[in-house]
Amino acid sequence: MSADDSFCVFVPGDMLAIALGADELVLALKEEAKVRNISLEIVRNGSRGMCWAETLLEVQTKNGRVAYANVSACDVKGLFDAGFLTGGDHAKCLGLTRKIPWLARQNRIIFNRCGIIDPLNIDEFKAAGGFSGLLIALQMSADEIIEQVIDSGLRGRGGAGFPTGIKWQTVAREESDTKYIVCNADEGDAGTFSDRLIMEGDPFRVIEGMTIAALANGAKTGIIYIRSEYPFAIKMMRAAIDKARGANWLGDNINGSEKSFDISVFVGAGSYVCGEETALLESLEGKPGIVRSKPPLPAVKGLHGQPTVINNVITLSAVPDILARSAKWHAELGINRSTGTLPFQLAGNVARGGLVEMAFGVSLRTLIEDFGGGSGDGSEIKAVQVGGPLGAYLPPDDFDVKTGYEEFAELGAGIGHGGIVVYGGDTDMKVQARYAFEFCAEESCAKCTPCRIGSIRGKELLEADTINTELVDELCQIMIEGSACAMGAMTPIPVQSAMKHWPQDFEGQGK
Amino acid sequence: MKKWDDQQALQIIRNSADSGQVLTHGIRQLVDCFGYVDEIAIDPLAKHFLRSKAEVYGVIQYYSDFRTCAPGRHVLRICQAESCQATGARKLTEYICDKTGITLGQTSKNQRLSLEPVYCLGLCANGPAAELDGQPMAGLNKTKINTLLDRLQS
Repeated sequence: MSADDSFCVFVPGDMLAIALGADELVLALKEEAKVRNISLEIVRNGSRGMCWAETLLEVQTKNGRVAYANVSACDVKGLFDAGFLTGGDHAKCLGLTRKIPWLARQNRIIFNRCGIIDPLNIDEFKAAGGFSGLLIALQMSADEIIEQVIDSGLRGRGGAGFPTGIKWQTVAREESDTKYIVCNADEGDAGTFSDRLIMEGDPFRVIEGMTIAALANGAKTGIIYIRSEYPFAIKMMRAAIDKARGANWLGDNINGSEKSFDISVFVGAGSYVCGEETALLESLEGKPGIVRSKPPLPAVKGLHGQPTVINNVITLSAVPDILARSAKWHAELGINRSTGTLPFQLAGNVARGGLVEMAFGVSLRTLIEDFGGGSGDGSEIKAVQVGGPLGAYLPPDDFDVKTGYEEFAELGAGIGHGGIVVYGGDTDMKVQARYAFEFCAEESCAKCTPCRIGSIRGKELLEADTINTELVDELCQIMIEGSACAMGAMTPIPVQSAMKHWPQDFEGQGK
Repeated sequence: MKKWDDQQALQIIRNSADSGQVLTHGIRQLVDCFGYVDEIAIDPLAKHFLRSKAEVYGVIQYYSDFRTCAPGRHVLRICQAESCQATGARKLTEYICDKTGITLGQTSKNQRLSLEPVYCLGLCANGPAAELDGQPMAGLNKTKINTLLDRLQS
């Protein structure tokens, strides 16, 4: 990549790196290179997912890329002095990127290009295997594509875990001139950022997955619903869609195939419930995100009353490799009914947070201890919450559980979108349980009573001087049985798991 | 942000509605331009998007990005979600509220600063996180906040 007199460095352009000063770093690199009369090419790649090492500066050397961790603008002079352009040693040097154990141990399939290529360079994308799944799908009938996805065992990565191929089959069997592919990028679960990383680091993969879904279902229109809290992902997806259209990978007669499909971006407006598929459809129609009653399923009557596929970003991003490599290959990854890989996200009070893509079956302990390195403040880990604000709090005794949909269900937990939030020793679980109700009260769409009133009553019960846990349990039961959607029905999960595992936190005087 | 302008607002509403967009698109355009939707716009929004005024008002009330009064010159959104809680966001938020004399959801009397809660910016591995006027920030602590608030005051 680098000629004798020119050097190539990589500075992530993703939202986290920018939040940590990556733009200032780029300016400092340019300035110092100019002073030293060095020709420097700076690529703004996506993130490698090593959030603990951001901003991660990489330089291309003869032996491969060499990484420097937690680099900021003030390190630049020292790095040049240390000869970093040829991989020179420095206190922040991590050695060859591909040999960093944290990365080397992962099974990166969905994130295979993320952090490596220039996210908007379509040629680099293709050279790294991009569009090979779509090219195969273009040769197949719709039924054949669906059969592949069913056989792969792929399940929805948004949290519900519904078999993707079955959803597609339902839409494909509906007779309608108008069908939609909606990509749900309303990644509102705290502790999750895999959608953001793939959209910012490998946006063409999302486009490829959506296009394959369109071929399987006969849809001509795709919409990607991105939350407004992700301005960089919005910009990146829009730019990638324009480039893909320019190169005839979207639009009419895709790559000479006589098939047509196009995608637009819709920006959310700050509402957690809009991640629920029927609320998302309402929101797309310009209305408040209030959940619809099911049936009819969105697959039958979705956007504007038409058959609609709604899949999560990561679900769609998993599809290209299933087509390119085979359903059997995918089905053999993972355990039991959880096939393929999941990009887990380590967050909260954790020493080495970031994105870890592994096949299902890896234990929670491996993720938290081996990858995460324990808590960030050195305290003993008290709890982890898996699967977002509606996920269960699990104590260290449960950490040997293998990751999988059914394996987690046995613990009364869910794997959700793969987010793992770590809590240190000084966490008061009563405060966390109360927060679950507060969050539900804040974000409830207010359509059904158990969620609207129950969340406020729950908060009040946990604010009382003496906590009546029996009453809290009873309220939880009503919310579980009577709520219209997962918001109200799953808020009791964090509450009840906290009461079950840490009863001492609910005794005595409340606050 | 621009100062509210009735004529320009009307033009934005017309352009959005005429291009076949949905109501929230029109409101989004107004908020991106002026920072809020003046109540005077509810009538034309209803008219051009063929909705009742109550529906327009309901949409503005529902989404936390939409508001009917002007924000401060600077908007600091502080993440209140679980990952940031686990890294001390609650205490940091209290600290910011103490220092600025306003609470989340309020704007300072001199219109210089609005504080807002936000539920997850996707920077969860490097909390506490926040966003100032669209610029993301992560790994926050009291020192960084002091520098930031000093800059805003000067």
